[in-house]
Amino acid sequence: MATSLRAWLVDDSPSSRLQARLGRAWRIAGALSRNPLAVVGTVIILALVLTAIFAPLLATHDPLKQDLTQRLLAPSAANWMGTDELGRDIWSRVVYGARITLVIVTMVAVLAAPAGLIIGALAGYFGGWPDRILMGITDIFLSLPKLILALALVAALGPGIENAVIAIAITTWPGYARIARAETLTFKNSEFIAAIRLQGASSLRVVLGHVLPLCTSSMIVRVTLDMAGIILTAAGLGFIGLGAQPPLPEWGAMIARGRSFILDQWWVATMPGFAIIVVSLGFCFLGDGLRDVLDPKSGEQH
Amino acid sequence: MAFEPDTAAASVVAGTAKPVGSGKHKRFLLALAGFVLTLAFTFLGLLAITFFIGRIVPIDPVLAVVGDRAPKAVYEAARIEMGLDRPLIVQFFNYIGSVLSGDLGTSVSTGKLVADDLKRVFPATLEMATIGIIVGVLLGVPMGVYAASRQGNLVDQAIRVVGLLGYAVPAFWLGLVGLAVFYARLKWVGGPGRVDIFYDGLVQPVTGLILIDSLIAGERDIFFNALWHLALPASVLGFFSLAYIARMTRSFMLDQLAQEYVTTARVKGVPERLVIWRHAFRPILVPLITVIGLSYAGLLEGSVMIETIFSWPGIGNYLTTALLNADMNAVLGSTLVIGAVFIGINKLSDVLYRVLDPRAR
Repeated sequence: MATSLRAWLVDDSPSSRLQARLGRAWRIAGALSRNPLAVVGTVIILALVLTAIFAPLLATHDPLKQDLTQRLLAPSAANWMGTDELGRDIWSRVVYGARITLVIVTMVAVLAAPAGLIIGALAGYFGGWPDRILMGITDIFLSLPKLILALALVAALGPGIENAVIAIAITTWPGYARIARAETLTFKNSEFIAAIRLQGASSLRVVLGHVLPLCTSSMIVRVTLDMAGIILTAAGLGFIGLGAQPPLPEWGAMIARGRSFILDQWWVATMPGFAIIVVSLGFCFLGDGLRDVLDPKSGEQH
Repeated sequence: MAFEPDTAAASVVAGTAKPVGSGKHKRFLLALAGFVLTLAFTFLGLLAITFFIGRIVPIDPVLAVVGDRAPKAVYEAARIEMGLDRPLIVQFFNYIGSVLSGDLGTSVSTGKLVADDLKRVFPATLEMATIGIIVGVLLGVPMGVYAASRQGNLVDQAIRVVGLLGYAVPAFWLGLVGLAVFYARLKWVGGPGRVDIFYDGLVQPVTGLILIDSLIAGERDIFFNALWHLALPASVLGFFSLAYIARMTRSFMLDQLAQEYVTTARVKGVPERLVIWRHAFRPILVPLITVIGLSYAGLLEGSVMIETIFSWPGIGNYLTTALLNADMNAVLGSTLVIGAVFIGINKLSDVLYRVLDPRAR
């Protein structure tokens, strides 16, 4: 059974689109599993997703419940990462914080990647003035310092997770637009696009149905590599007090609260930091691995 | 905190070789004009963005001036006086005019002109970022070269992990942990602030860079005290530039070491040390300058997060204070200055690359 499934997946001449797609996914997964760092990255990301889903089961305490008799306790069997200045269990807060991080990262990817993809593909496909104007705007955004821009945007929009997501997405899309444009230019004059056009497909159909799907693999690589930066920016906004608002257990905001206790109760600020580092590293590892598999040309540049 | 200068590095490094022919001067002038034009265009974009951000603020700037109990006539008069009744495009040109004449408005929290405030705080940031980039280059370049020459061994793997950590560690967290370990526990470095409290304000600011000012004043104690205080924040910043510089140096060196001329040199019996430093290292100097420039610009940006931790009286601290007080003039002024310096350094390293690389000339 298992061998026949494998044979079906690696079949050289797939008989259906589904078989071809699953076969490709199988080959990519196989190539990834031979890269130890990529495996570690995958495990970390899976752990993040599972932690976010099963947070109520993994948390040992209520992440928001204050108990001033239990404040600033060192890590112990009862409180694995100690307690904070309001007596809340840090482990439980870190576990619930995974949800916030995952939501932020997903929302930024969902907003910025399609926006950049469409802008870049349109610029590349139509060329001429639309290209010049769209890429002029893109280049201006690319040459600005991202963090500062995000800070100023959140200052204007007001603090909160939603606005932090919007601000980060606004600073992230230009990178994707550049990639999508470059990819589009390489496909634009190929014969299969000409064939589709001869069949009477509209420009919109060509771009959405045939150009964009070809950009996705380099896009996935880039988005994964960007995730660490997005997490750090979101945590930075939370740390300054412009991201997630209390009492939400956002990791950056938790570090900010632990600042006053860093000398004596080090665990309050350091524990959420470790969570940020592990998750960011996970995305870096996975992104590096994915790039080697999906986009081997771009090499070590990132 | 990843101070990652994005795709710009790659595109610059890839460099396009232009044919060299007659009319060199004309071509040079054309290139110069094109450069000035893109620079002006980018600055205009920066201004447009800060202007736009200033417009979407939910705070009514007129109310901030006249107070919310002013009669309607006073409100309208103030609105007209501030030029807010005019079309947006006119307001934008007015904004450009005032920025160009150095008027960034008044800060609500300090009560002073934003331009003066920025002039006062900027040197502190510049000093920290400069020491940071020196640390980053002095450690990062040799690390990258070493890693490339021993590709795949344990030290190489360790250097690669350090490089990735530069993308994964939050700068403010590293600063906090650094304070807890190196200042509180080990007492190796000075604490927050630029100097100890009893040295504060003793040196007459000339350049605003305390290391230089204290030397001018002949105050050796203050010089060493300032260095003592700079050590930790500059090292934290230095770590991030080191991570990036080592990573890029390693990848440049690997490219060179795979070239045939390196094999030729080795076959001729050139000692390995000379192969690496004289043959392979020389050609990567030019792209390295670009990487260092980008990294320096990134550090100016990255200091925003670090300065709060170290109570460093620089532009980052000024910006974060302004952010929390919704002091939009100060926020936009700082954004403008950091953005302009960032763009300036980026374009400068781009130009340096073109001037220094014979293929791109």
